[in-house]
Amino acid sequence: MIRTPPPLPGAAADAAAAWQAALGAQLASGEPVVATLEPDLDARLAFAAGRLVLTDRRLLAWSAGDAGWADWPLRPGLSLQHHDHAGVGTLELHDTSSRLASWRFTLAHNGAALRLADRFAAELAAHLSGQPVPASDETLCPTCGTPLPPDQTECLLCSRELHEAPSTWTLFRLWRFAGPYRGQLLAGFLLTLAATGATLVPPYLTMPLMDKVLIPYQNGQPIDTGVVALLLAGLLASALLAWGLGWARTYILARVSERIGADLRTTTYEHLLQLSLEYFGGKRTGDLMARIGSETDRICVFLSLHLLDFATDVLMIGMTAAILFSINPALALVTLLPLPFIAWMIHLVRDRLRTGFEKIDRVWSEVTNVLADTIPGIRVVKAFAQEQREAQRFREANRHNLAVNDRLNKTWSLFSPTVTLLTEVGLLVVWAFGIWQIAHDQITVGVLTAFLAYISRFYSRLDSMSRIVSVTQKAAAGTKRIFDILDHVSSVPEPARPTHLDRVQGRIEIRDASFRYGNRGVIRGLNLDIQPGEMIGLVGHSGSGKSTLVNLICRFYDLSEGAIRLDGTDIRSLPVAEYRRHIGLVLQEPFLFFGTIAENIAYGRPDASRTEIVAAARAAHAHEFILRLPQGYDSLVGERGQGLSGGERQRISIARALLIDPRILILDEATSSVDTETEKEIQKALDNLVRGRTTIAIAHRLSTLRQADRLVVMDRGRIVEVGNHDDLMAREGHYYRLYQAQARNVDTDLDELPTASAEAKPPMPK
Amino acid sequence: MTPVPFQLTRDPHGRLLLTAPDGSEHAGVQPVRAFPLAAPAEGIALMGTDGHELAWIDHLDDLPDVTRKLIEAELASREFMPEIHRLRQVSTFATPSTWAVETDRGETRFILKGEEDIRRLGAAALLISDSHGVQYLIRDLSRLDKTSRRLLDRFM
Repeated sequence: MIRTPPPLPGAAADAAAAWQAALGAQLASGEPVVATLEPDLDARLAFAAGRLVLTDRRLLAWSAGDAGWADWPLRPGLSLQHHDHAGVGTLELHDTSSRLASWRFTLAHNGAALRLADRFAAELAAHLSGQPVPASDETLCPTCGTPLPPDQTECLLCSRELHEAPSTWTLFRLWRFAGPYRGQLLAGFLLTLAATGATLVPPYLTMPLMDKVLIPYQNGQPIDTGVVALLLAGLLASALLAWGLGWARTYILARVSERIGADLRTTTYEHLLQLSLEYFGGKRTGDLMARIGSETDRICVFLSLHLLDFATDVLMIGMTAAILFSINPALALVTLLPLPFIAWMIHLVRDRLRTGFEKIDRVWSEVTNVLADTIPGIRVVKAFAQEQREAQRFREANRHNLAVNDRLNKTWSLFSPTVTLLTEVGLLVVWAFGIWQIAHDQITVGVLTAFLAYISRFYSRLDSMSRIVSVTQKAAAGTKRIFDILDHVSSVPEPARPTHLDRVQGRIEIRDASFRYGNRGVIRGLNLDIQPGEMIGLVGHSGSGKSTLVNLICRFYDLSEGAIRLDGTDIRSLPVAEYRRHIGLVLQEPFLFFGTIAENIAYGRPDASRTEIVAAARAAHAHEFILRLPQGYDSLVGERGQGLSGGERQRISIARALLIDPRILILDEATSSVDTETEKEIQKALDNLVRGRTTIAIAHRLSTLRQADRLVVMDRGRIVEVGNHDDLMAREGHYYRLYQAQARNVDTDLDELPTASAEAKPPMPK
Repeated sequence: MTPVPFQLTRDPHGRLLLTAPDGSEHAGVQPVRAFPLAAPAEGIALMGTDGHELAWIDHLDDLPDVTRKLIEAELASREFMPEIHRLRQVSTFATPSTWAVETDRGETRFILKGEEDIRRLGAAALLISDSHGVQYLIRDLSRLDKTSRRLLDRFM
């Protein structure tokens, strides 16, 4: 977490030292600094360092460009007001008649600003009453100053803001997945070594074949059939050996790489499931699907095919070089001369290709994203007759894809022919030098033949090796995108030292809770205590933060500031899955997975017995309609299969929540998507569910919240009223107005009322 | 210039004070642009502290000078979208990545959480959100210098 303002160039460091010193001179002896803030914006919202210091008797401020410190002694009527909008926070100092000063800062400093404002109020009260500020027994985080939960030394807010970038040597990180197959990898490597050695025997045998058989024959000597048979047998044997070893090597390594690919895929998917809703909200389905599907496949192909070939090639080049040098060092030197050139060329093109392939990947997911957007929304597309526009959008994405590919191909297409040209030139050099050496009787014809046989293999391998550049870059780009997911720390992290609750009573305390979505404050300074077994009805306009509050209680997101406690324990110090087991959730749009009704009811507890499933279905008033289906509890539902009505689906999801027997129950608009008749049916099911559990219910229709113990009225992220129906009606406030508006038109949704808020709730993937 | 049916002044607390034609006064009025990117000068709403719209202005140019200056000053003190003129350095091409940039509001650095935080606006403009939700604007990609474009290219 960045707390200090960004280091500015030049004189800024000196300036920082200067105001530190200036502050020392400013303070009277025994005047303690109790809170500080480093505003990083000036009045025109340009980046500029500043400092705001609160002592027990006054507020001091300095900003870049000021000669000295300004100060305001604490006196009656002063107030320090905090608000934030669109990424900028403001602290304003007012007295009763006017504004005295204001400071602005980016939201990185928001926590410090809130604490300074709170402390200001406390110090002012203490200053006026003469009573010292009560000492807080909470330990504060040394980095951000947020109170630490008891028994925890690590701050729950800071630890989630790790912003370390992953290393660029991503391909080596695949070792983590290769580790378990170490033995097989070693066997594969040894086989590769042996197989490569076997393929190098035939050219070696051409030497005696030429010098001892063919050339003597041309000079008039008869062919020695024994030697020929021996040499030919050697050629056949080495070919057979190379075949066998090659088969074993390819089989073992392909097996291993397939497993590594599979591990990678499952690990990535498992990690993905652990990530918070915030992550899914910001990503597009098509992109995530492409990453897990095709990227892992590409890495797998790279490992099993390209990397294997490359390793063989490197071995072959090394061995060939050794053999060539052992035959004739001078000719070997000439033969190997073009090698550094090619290596240099490969290096040159590498960078361009890598960025190019990363770009292609991104453009490619752009193309899939168009598909993922349009196909699920095909009804809307057709209803508004926008097929042409969508086709145009796809064509546009495809055109972008083409353009990027074209640009890359320009570099890439030049690459291979150049390598081929260098190969030809290299052969030419060997021919020339070889003929010259033969003319001077330094080598035999057999040696030159063997050299040519070796290096034509050798160069052809170099050519294919140059391909490794592109595939490695592609695989590295894919690996990076996979590790982007794997490296993403869930913004709802598992606690380092989890606490366990043996028995949950269901008391929920929400303290000073604030939540920002991007730069928009959705929940601001909210406090609420919910007793075990109490039913709370959350009421308010849409966008007032009801659903966000519920998401925070479920820990789909974590608070930006403040804490939520279950039975006195901060929910961030409980293991996430363990905590959520205590929560039953019934949503407006019940989601049924593909499978049987019984499986769907038992989703939260796959080990539930049939008796339990039927009991839950009965309690949810779902039993009878399930029995009316042809296959009863074994009927298939979900994407294909039996069509169920909204009310029926809802009762299945209620049965699902009933079966896990949670202490805390959350009903998010559970009855708002069905007609009044069905609602009554669902309401009966809900009554069974609610009994004895801490319940938080959100409902459009206020009438459905009649049995709530308390109604909490929210407006723009704050609680504005709390009480039961009669109290709130008597108060004639927000609730009264909501109720009146609904009473006038029973079926009016709250959404259709003039909204009191410009905010919308954060987008939630359904 | 059409006369506007309201009075706008600034009170000693620095807040905008709107006096409606019926004589009612609203303190702490906030101007909000309806199309901050596409058409900043068109469609300005004046919102009360309760979040209700009090007045609508079709175009800033329709306003008398005094009122327009008040609104522009208020907008300037609230709108924070630094415009990136130059990328000086990025810590890494993988995200999260720390960017050092020069903006129209001075130099700063911020953390880019992921490539998806870079959003295309039309053909040439980009909107970049940092880890704290501050949005940075690149008005015209083609007018950036070569180094900045090369750095940016790695993320797009």
